[in-house]
Formats: sequence, structure tokens, C-alpha cells
Amino acid sequence: MPVIEVTNLHKRYGRTVAVDDVSFDVAAGEIFGVLGPNGAGKTTTVEIVAGLRVPDGGEVSVLGLDPRRDAARLRQSVGVQLQESQLPDRLRVAEALELYASFYRDPADPAQLIEELGLGEKRKTPYDKLSGGQKQRLSIALALVGNPRIAILDELTTGLDPQARRDTWGLVERVRERGVTILLVTHFMEEAERLCDRLAVIDRGRVVALDSPAGLVAAVAPEQRIRFRPSAPLDDRLLGDLPQVTGVSRSGTQVVVTGTGDVLHAVTSVLARNQIIAADLRLEQGTLDDAFVELTGHRLAD
Amino acid sequence: MYAFGQILKTEAKLYLRDRSTLVLTVALPTLILVVLGSIPALREPSPDFGGRSFVAYFTPSLLVVTLAMIGVNALPTVLATYRERGILRRLATTPASPLALLVAQLVLALAGILASAVLLAVVARVAFGVPLPQHPLGFGAALLLGTVALLAVGLLVAAVAPTAKAAQSLAIPVFMVVMFFGGAYLPRFLLPDFLATVGGYTPPGVQALLDAWTGTAPQPLHLGIMAVVAVTAGAGAAKLFRWE
Repeated sequence: MPVIEVTNLHKRYGRTVAVDDVSFDVAAGEIFGVLGPNGAGKTTTVEIVAGLRVPDGGEVSVLGLDPRRDAARLRQSVGVQLQESQLPDRLRVAEALELYASFYRDPADPAQLIEELGLGEKRKTPYDKLSGGQKQRLSIALALVGNPRIAILDELTTGLDPQARRDTWGLVERVRERGVTILLVTHFMEEAERLCDRLAVIDRGRVVALDSPAGLVAAVAPEQRIRFRPSAPLDDRLLGDLPQVTGVSRSGTQVVVTGTGDVLHAVTSVLARNQIIAADLRLEQGTLDDAFVELTGHRLAD
Repeated sequence: MYAFGQILKTEAKLYLRDRSTLVLTVALPTLILVVLGSIPALREPSPDFGGRSFVAYFTPSLLVVTLAMIGVNALPTVLATYRERGILRRLATTPASPLALLVAQLVLALAGILASAVLLAVVARVAFGVPLPQHPLGFGAALLLGTVALLAVGLLVAAVAPTAKAAQSLAIPVFMVVMFFGGAYLPRFLLPDFLATVGGYTPPGVQALLDAWTGTAPQPLHLGIMAVVAVTAGAGAAKLFRWE
């Protein structure tokens, strides 16, 4: 049962087409990613889902409601973390959360949320004295303080250092464990790969692919390459006869096997049966980056 | 309603925390009064000022300082900052309305102006023997209409300025006009008659404030103009205001 349904969404600003034709469904409890380069129409898409903009065409349904007509009801159950949305400099962490909690019928406990997001020692710190990562965590906390069923997180980790980025990813996973469906906008491959159950790749206002990260990679770059040094002489035909294997070659003392599907399992089983140990075993797969280039014809500018 | 109360409470805390703005907006006219009042010659009654001292004559113009600082300067800057930093936008994603934040800012501006007026009148009375406003009802009406007219002009500035910087650069000329015609730069007896007359009709309407302070009922035309400014600028602001 999808909690978000977007069908043939279209949005123009003047003569510029921001969103050409975008459709996707988000199932309850999943982390759904919207991935694409800057200016692809990601933010406009989620802003329409959040009810902040009116589409020029297409249908959007969130929890079975229309984001424009039922805006008041949806705001109770959809938490939004916007890109570049700040707070007054002198507002303190606890004050911000208590203020935003007062807007909702059934809010989360601000004190508990502050602890969960690791801001316990910063509760009395004014906004302008927080680090980038702390500001981001506060922003996520504000999106969650209403106990939403859906959280929309836009460019969550842009501008954060790698450590803060990883911490934030851990946080998003914990949010999902609370049963919150997450719509995540990102232009970071690593983030999409790590967090998302499914991804819509958007380029120039259109969905160019929609699948799990592994599915996207497999569909575009299905070949895997296994490298190892056998502990005993090995007859290449033993591996070449496997249905999953497409090629066997040698590179010095290394054996290089290419194949698809569960080729790794098939190869290691054969080796085990023949009591051969595979030293320095490596599996090389296509990455989401490769898949993206294949799908869109260009690289994601970072 | 509960959410509005919380927004008002939070904004009031932020307002009080910003000490430098608080001094500039609420206490500045009283500080100028104290400086001028410490000069003995300015406390002497003079026929130039209808038998009153310069200090007594100048006090209503000092009120214009507060009105201009809060209405035309502080209010649009705060609102434009809130918009520029996405604070209004974030609020738009919650069940609370950004309108609640706007109303809270207006309430605080009004409170600041009232506090400043009371402080000025009391210090002028106690320290320099300037009588309290002699026509309280007329003074209340002149102050209220003048304030509302200036706040409406401030909202109009906030409505058309995309950023805090733009709001400030738009506000400066308006601020200077208000201060000049209100007699805050040059005492009004030094202005040519024509300019002094014009000053009666530019917000916040210093002539009406002066009349009411000295005991004459303000002229209906002066008050009427303020009401027209308030409605016109307010309607323009409502039409042009953008949350983002």
C-alpha cells in the first residue's frame, strides 16, 4: 500500500520546465531516494509532495490525501526538512523543539528527541553557536517532533564533513526503525547506496530509472569480476562450465572470472569441492556511479 | 491559539535577548532626551516654543525616533531575515501558520513602541518637568494611528524586499523621510513652514502628537491621513507579501 503516489507530475516556472514527467510510488516504511544532479527537478518534486508548490499537471496523493486541498491534515503527519532552512540565531535548541512541538496534536517528547539526536549537551546552545552537523540534526529533529508518518528530507548531508555525514545516515536509519516512511532527496551516490531501499533517478525533469540501488547497478552493469590466486593448480574448464560464468582468464598467477548473478557463490562452491583455497579473493562490481553515467550519459557533479 | 501563544512567547524572548536592538529601539529617545535635558538653556521656557522649554517642544519628535526605528527599520529587517533564512518557509510546512509569526512581530513592535512612549513621557515628566500628554484620549489616538500607519509602511517594505539587506536599503530613505519630517533631525521650528506643514501629514503625524501632548485635540484631517496611509500600505503589503 503506497503512502505517496506521484503520477505524471509536471511543473514549469515561466518557460523553464522544472519537472517534465515524474511518476513514482513510495511504500509504507521504506526509505525512498530521489537521486539526480543539481537542477534535475528533485527539490521541486518533493516540494509539491510536501504541499508547498502547486503542480501544473499530474496527480499527487500523500496518505490518500491531496497535498493542497488537505494541507492542514497532512501537515500533522508529514515532517519536512527543507534545504537551506535556518532558525533565528538566538533561538536555543530546546526552545526550538518545544516551540515546534506546540504546533502538533500529538508531538514527540522534545527532551527525549534531543537526547536521541545527540544534542543533549547543546540544549541551551543558541542556533548560531551550533556546528553544521548539529544544525542539521536539529533540523531533522524539527521534522520529527510532530511524530510524522512520513518524513521528507531534502539534501540532508550537503555541506557536512564525512564523519557528520555518516552519523546522519545512522540517524536516518534509526528514524526508519521507528516506522517512519522517508522520502530522501540527494545528489550523493554513496548516500543513496547506503540508505535507500529504492531509488528514482531523475534527470532533466524525468525519471530515467526506478529500482533498488543493487537492481539499478545489476540492470545497467550486470557483469561481476572475481579475482583470486588458487592455492593449487586449477583447470579453467571447472569454472568455465558453470552457467553463471561468462569468461575465465589468467593474469600472472591470478585467475580472473567474469559472470553474472550469483557467480561468486558458484565459483567458491566449485573451489571448495576441489579443496582449493582462493587467496586474495576480490569481487569487483559496477557501482551506482557507473549505473548513473550509463543511464543519464553524464556524471553526477559533486 | 496555543501555537500562537508559544510563537509570541518565543519571539518575545528573542526580542529581549537582542540587547543592542532593544536599546536602539526602546531606550534611544529617552537617552537623547536625557542628553538634551542636561543642557540648562534647553530647559528654559522660551517664547519661541509658546512659552515652553525646547525639551518640552522636542519630546514628541523624539517619539518619532522610536516609531521610525521599530516600524520602518527593525520590523522589516526581522521579517525579511526570517524569509531570507527560510524560517517562514519551514513554518509553512508545519500546522502553524507563518501569519502567526507575522502577527507576533506586530504585537511585539506595538509593545516596544508603547514601552518606549511610556518611558519617554515618564522620564520627561520626572526629570525635566515636561507635563504628561494633556489630551490623553487624543494622544492615544494619534499615537495608535501613527504607529499603525508606520507599521503598515514597514510591512510594505518587508513585503517587497527579497533579502534583509534589500529591506535595510529600502528602509533607509523611508526612515530618513520619517525622521526629517517628524522633526527628529532638525527641530521643526527651524524647518520652513511648508515642510513643517508637510510633516503633519507624513507618518507618524508629529503635529497630531504635539497638539495632543500640549492639550489640543488633534485635527481630524491629520488623524484621517494616518488611517488612509495605514489602510493603503497595509493592503499593499498584504497583496505583495511572499513567504519565500
